[in-house]
This record gives sequence, structure tokens and C-alpha cells, in this order.
Amino acid sequence: MMDFLLQYFPEQAGLLSAEVDAIYIFMLAVSLFFTVLVVALSVIFSIQYRKRNEKMPEAIHGNLVLELTWTGIPLLLTLFMFAWGTAVYIKQVRIPENAKEIFVVGKQWMWKIQHGEGPREMNELHVPINQPIKLTMTSEDVIHSFYIPAMRMKQDTVPGRYSFMWFQATKPGKYHIFCAEYCGTKHSGMIGSLYAMEPADYQKWLDERIKNPLEPVANQPASSSSVESPVVHGEKLFTELKCITCHSQTSGAMGPDLAGLFGRDVKLEDGRTVPADETYLRHSIINPADGIVQGYSALMPTYKGQVSEEQLLSLVAYIKSLQSKKN
Amino acid sequence: MESKKNYLTNGHTVGSWLLTIDHKRIGILYLLSVTAFFMLGGFFALLLRLELLTPRGDLFTSDIYNRIFTMHGVAMVFFFMIPAIPAAIGNFVLPIMVGAKDLAFPRINLLSWYLYIIGAALAFVSIVMGGVDTGWTFYTPYSSTYSTSAVTSAALGVFIAGFSSILTGLNFIVTVHKMRAPGMTWFRLPLFVWAHYATSLIMILGTPVIAVTVLLVFLERAFGFGFFDPRLGGDPVLFQHLFWFYSHPAVYIMILPSMGVISELVAAFTKKRPFGYEFIAGSSLAIALLGFFVWGHHMFVSSQSMYAGIVFSIITFLVGVPSAVKIFNWLATFYKGSITFETPMIYVLGFFGLFMVGGLTGLFLAIMAIDVHVHDTYFVVAHFHYIMVGGTVMGYLGGLHYWWPKMSGKMYNEALGRIAAIGIFLGFNLTFFPQFIAGYLGMPRRYHIYAEEFQIFNILSTGGAMVLGLSFIIPIFNMLWSLKFGKDAPANPWNAKGLEWTIPSPPTTHNFETTPIVTEEAYAYAPHDKGGH
Ligand code: HEC
Ligand SMILES: [Cu+2]
Ligand SMILES: [Cu+2]
Repeated sequence: MMDFLLQYFPEQAGLLSAEVDAIYIFMLAVSLFFTVLVVALSVIFSIQYRKRNEKMPEAIHGNLVLELTWTGIPLLLTLFMFAWGTAVYIKQVRIPENAKEIFVVGKQWMWKIQHGEGPREMNELHVPINQPIKLTMTSEDVIHSFYIPAMRMKQDTVPGRYSFMWFQATKPGKYHIFCAEYCGTKHSGMIGSLYAMEPADYQKWLDERIKNPLEPVANQPASSSSVESPVVHGEKLFTELKCITCHSQTSGAMGPDLAGLFGRDVKLEDGRTVPADETYLRHSIINPADGIVQGYSALMPTYKGQVSEEQLLSLVAYIKSLQSKKN
Repeated sequence: MESKKNYLTNGHTVGSWLLTIDHKRIGILYLLSVTAFFMLGGFFALLLRLELLTPRGDLFTSDIYNRIFTMHGVAMVFFFMIPAIPAAIGNFVLPIMVGAKDLAFPRINLLSWYLYIIGAALAFVSIVMGGVDTGWTFYTPYSSTYSTSAVTSAALGVFIAGFSSILTGLNFIVTVHKMRAPGMTWFRLPLFVWAHYATSLIMILGTPVIAVTVLLVFLERAFGFGFFDPRLGGDPVLFQHLFWFYSHPAVYIMILPSMGVISELVAAFTKKRPFGYEFIAGSSLAIALLGFFVWGHHMFVSSQSMYAGIVFSIITFLVGVPSAVKIFNWLATFYKGSITFETPMIYVLGFFGLFMVGGLTGLFLAIMAIDVHVHDTYFVVAHFHYIMVGGTVMGYLGGLHYWWPKMSGKMYNEALGRIAAIGIFLGFNLTFFPQFIAGYLGMPRRYHIYAEEFQIFNILSTGGAMVLGLSFIIPIFNMLWSLKFGKDAPANPWNAKGLEWTIPSPPTTHNFETTPIVTEEAYAYAPHDKGGH
């Protein structure tokens, strides 16, 4: 019986899968109840009150108590659904502090993935089980959506900003990754596999990948395919792209000191205050003129078109790490 | 004598139809046009279902497949579902129901139809130019910069068709305010009129937003203005906000008129005043207004903030309740009625079943924890087909059968009518129920090629679609058959209340020889009932 039912559920391989399924099963029960109720009443009334003679029935104008009852009960039920659903949703979006960071770039029609330790993969994602994984995601072109049914999780990847998603695999295995947001010709081919592994196996895989990196990705500069962690790669880029000349931590530099920037609120010349999150850092590099930091002038050149999304991710990761050095 | 002629025989030339300002003839023009688009959209659906029989791509390339599902959506949503009940049936019966000789602005009514036709023609041009591949949702920046298909003409088509619905809405509102016959107080209006009044409010308030939004897409495509593409300095998610600000209420543009039809049918075939008339009337308005505050439930995983998600989720539940409760009102009307089961009533029963499932699965989707999983999967596809086909099309067909004798002056074949209604109900469930399962298992929508484990559900779906397709042909055949062979319809074949049943079938051009004076409420079936107002 259980097996028979389970084939109508995707594998419960994530920390929250069972919680989502529990709400789903509750909803199925509620739906079944009301559907049976309505069907039964329709049938019974249809038979009982079918036309028997030419007499016109008496009118029943309404009944306030009845109206209040059948509005009140569904209302209470839906409030309960809302509360439960929201409680689980908050778990789905609140990313645990100790999550292992992985970067995802969507592109028509592939998923480019880089681990915090450096290795890259394509349309495949290897993760250790029983550890929260945080995906920092963006897109190079149109909107895609990173979807892992076995984890009951999905999140759109939006060009021009970063979005985040986390999950924790609980069962080793190979699971689907789908693109869920329609993105053009090969939308249905923008698929991949999640490999959830025992931590020791994952470590082996990681070491192997650090020794034998993937071939350089076509149309990417060679430097970006080497096995460096995004932070190390970002530090190199910081020098290569001459960011360092203006953002050195010496006094008298043209640009603001970037250490400790991430997570702070930044005051801009036009009076706005914005939180320095990942999307802000990215934006400051691509469109520096959009928001000038208070006390500085618009001297920073735009890097639009000169750095790839992967390089941007590395720069952002590096600037974020400047934070942790200070602490 | 001129006045002996009915509206159908009053002029036989093509010009007498294409330049008519008679709301009934314009209703018929709409009926023919929306039926054409229904058949076109249905044809596309059939192609999709055939392709999806196997997980591989067998019949079409992905590019073609993407165009087919887009054209299916565009044809069905913008050119069938939105205008179907208001512009075809509403145009015909609404003025008669309030006791008027025509709508307030007959010429603007004709203009509406021409705008619709121009919009439809542009959409058709985009098919001829190779089709559009953006999905009916036109999400940016795919639609505005990346797609190489004929987006421009389709977007313009939707833009222009939008004005057709704005004008229809305006016409209905003014008509209900200004043209009611003496004695026709607000609370004597049939619920069909209340539903159309609420729908018209949405058309007027919401449609300009979608019109401007697709115009912005057009401008970004044609001239490179940066509204939505981040490379041009735009925000892709802004589009989704604008799009759903209209398109969620648009769901109510499709469903409220159908609820209006169901209220009429329930009253007519139980011979009773709908239980809680005031409540049903008021809830139409409440749904129309609240419907503007829930658009974000389409964007729970779009990177919208958690708090926005929570607010949209709770409001969505609140809007759900009044819609759900209407079912109880209709059912309570059955209680102690004198019920008969002609074809329209079969559609009512079908509507109950399908709309129940559609509404309940809507609650699943309002629960964010579940939506994160099933958003953009077949679960959503199944849900909105239960609402739109189960809700809107069942109401539309039920209403069409109900008022057909009035429109055509002929009776259709009752047995055939019932068989079709049952066939549609069964075929529909077979088509769409398996999609809930496939969706929860994780099959994404708009997938040309899919994982093998989903095949069984797709086979069932395709089988159901064949039954559904065949059943849809029966009413078309039945109506055409009735024109030639049907019995002449009496003025009131259903023994129903309502001003439209007091005049001949088909009506004369001016509907009423003398302005009617209304002395009772809309559903004065009961012998001893003085009416509430
Ligand atoms: C020509 C000097 C110059 C160069 C080169 C330069 N910047 Fe800047 N940068 C500035 C100035 C000046 C500001 C402050 C004004 C503004 O916001 O544009 C700034 C601001 C920033 C900010 C926002 C800081 C804050 O406090 O909010 C970031 C992040 C940043 N730069 C990163 C970079 C990176 C990464 C590079 C290299 C890819 C780079 N910059 C290259 C001059 C420069
Ligand atoms: Cu995609
Ligand atoms: Cu909606």
C-alpha cells in the first residue's frame, strides 16, 4: 500500500521534503473531504428534489447563520493552511549560517556550477549529504529556474541580480535538476543531475576534481577554468583588472576601502541608503555610475561587457572575504 | 410590416451584419469569432498532446513545439477565454436582462468587435510569420530581447484586443447604470448582470496595465528602450509584476461571468431564487476588487522578498474563500427545488465538480511551501485548466445551450447535448487529472522532451484530450444541426424567469415593443414570495 502511494511522490531526499509532503497530504485530505461533500450533496439533492409536479417550490431567501458557518469554517481552515505553509516556507528560505557555498550560473541552455573550493562542473552538481548547501545563482541571459524535485526546492535565476537557494540532501543518490522557467528553444534540455554523496565520497570526488579539472569552458578565458577557489580567483582578478589601484587599503586611495563593506549599509550621494549585498556589489562593478558612494566621485570605470558572470561571482566572493579577514 | 421581423431576418446583406449596431448581432459576430479561435487553440492543443505521447521529440522540433504551446495559450486566453462569455453571451443578453433596447453606446460596441478582429488578425499574422515562442506570458527579457520569433505582431495584437475589452466593460457599466427599465432596481438585477458589472470593473481597471506592459515589450524589442533587460539597464522582474497585476484579475474576467451564468442556470433549473442572492452579488464585487492584490502569488520563487510572499499568500487565501462559498450557495438553492436536468443543468453539475478541484488546488498553490515545489510544473497547468476549462468553458457551454433558443429561435437536440456535456466532463478529467500527479512528481511545464517516468501520465492525458476534442465538436454540430432541423423555440422554453424570456425567440431588433415595467425581483418563481426588495 505504502509503495503504491509512494510512486506518486518524488523521492524524499531532502531535509524539508517530508515536511512539504506532509502539508500536501493534509491538503489532499481536506480536498477529498470537500469534494466528496459537494458531490454527495449534489447527487442527493438532485435525486431528492427532482421535479415531481408542476408546483413551484417556495423561495428560501437565505440564512445568515448558515452563511456565516460555511464562510467561517473554510476561513479558519485556510488560515491554518497559511500558517503551516508559511512556517515551512520560512525554513525553505532562511539559509543556515554553516551552509557550504556553491555558485550557479544559468545560460541558454546549461548550468555552470562552481564549488567554493574551486572545481567547476557542468549540468552536474555533486554535494555531500547531511550538510546544508547554499547556491548563489545568477543568469547570463534570460530568466531560468533551478529546480530539484527531490529536494522540493526551486528558485529562479535572474540576469542582473543574485538569488539564493539552499537544501540539504539526506539520502545518497542521483536526482533530477530541471530548468523550470521557460527560456527558449532547449528549455526542456536544460537539465542535469544532482549527485548526493557520503561526505567521504564527496571529499574524494573533490580532490580528484582539483587534480584533474574539467576542460576549459569554451568562450571563457583560460584563467577561469583553473581550479582556484572563487576567492583566490577573485583576488587575482582584482589585481589584473586594476581594481587594486583605486581600492588599495592605503589612505588617499581614489575609491572606498572594500574591507568590511559586505553586509553594511552604504550611503549614496543621492541620499539613498542601500544594503551592500551580493547584488549591490555586482551592480557597483557593472554600473558604478548608478549609485555613487557618499564622499566619492564618479571615477570608477564601468566593467560592463569586460567581465563574465563567473568572474563577477569571483570578484564578489573576494570582496565578501575581505570582510571575514577583518573579523 | 417591419416590426414583425426578428433581428436575424431584419437585413440579409453582409453589410447589414458587418455594420450592425444591434447588440444581438454583434453578440453573434463575437460568438463566431471566439468559436473560430477556440477551434484554432484546440487544434494547437491536440498537436501538443500528440507530441507528448512519448518523452522524445517525435513530431516537431523544440522550436516548433514552443511556438505551438505559445499560440495555444495566446489564442485561448486573449481571443477566446476573455471575450467568450462577456462579449458573446453578455452582449446578447445583458441589455435584454436590464430591459433595454441596446447597450448604452451601440457604435462603440461595434468598434469593440473591430478592435478584437484587428488584434486577432495581428496575432494571426504572427502565426503566418512563423509563430511566437515566448509563452502566452511573454516573460522578459526572453520576449523583449532574446526571442527571434514574431513577438512584435503578437504583442501588438494583444495590445489592441485589450482595448476591445476596455470598451466592452465601459459599455456594460454605463448600460447597467443608465439603461435599466423602470422598476429594475439594483437588487432586482439578475446575478448574471452583477457578475458582468464586476467583470467590467476589472476590464476597465486592469486591461490598461497589460496593454501598456506589452507595449513596453514592443518598445524594448523595436527600439532598444531598456525597461526589462538588465543589459539595457532594465529590471526583468518588473515585467512579472506588471503582467500579473493584470493577469491575475484576468482570471476573474474569465471566471466571474461564468459564475454569473451558473447562477442563472441554477435558478432556472431548480425553479428557485438563488440562496443568498445578495451575498452572491456582493461577493462578485469583492472578488473583483481583492483580485488586484494577489498578483505576487505567481512570483514566490522569482526572488521576490520573503515578506512580500507572505502578504500575497494570505490575501490569496482570503480571496479564495468567497469564491469557494458560492458553491455552497448554489447547492443550497437545490434544496427543496423542483429540479430538471436539461443540457445546461448537466453543465452546471460538471462545473461544480471541476471548479471544486480547480479551487481546492488553488489553495495548494497559495501555500508557499508547496508552491516552491510545484510552481511552473504540470501541477499548475492542471490547476488553471480546471479553473479555466472546468470553470469558464463549462459555464460558457452551459450558457450557450441555455440561451441558444433565444439567439437562434431553434431548439438543439437534447440527447446530443447531454452526451456532449458528459463526454466533456469525463474527457476533461482524464486529460488533466494525471497532470496533477506528473506535476507533483516534478515534471516542469513547457517541456518538449521529458523524463521517461512521466510518460504514463502523458499517455493518459493524450487519451483524455482525444475524448475531450471529440466531445467539443458535438455542440458545434448540434447548434448547426438545430438551425436547419431544430424545432422552433417558444419564447420561454425553460419556463424560466427573466426579461429575456418574456420576448419572442428570436427577439425583434428592438427587443421590447414597449419598455417593460418591472414589478418583481429577478427570480420570482415562488407563488407566495413577495421578493426581498
Ligand atoms: C579608477 C578608479 C577605480 C577603479 C579602477 C575601480 N574602482 Fe571601484 N570605485 C571607485 C570609486 C571612486 C568608487 C566610489 C564611487 C562609486 O560608487 O562609483 C568605487 C566604488 C566601488 C564599489 C562600491 C563601494 C562601496 O563602498 O559601496 C565597489 C564594490 C567597487 N568599487 C569595486 C571595484 C572593483 C571590483 C573594481 C575592479 C574590477 C573596481 N572597483 C575598480 C574607483 C575605482
Ligand atoms: Cu528554461
Ligand atoms: Cu493569480
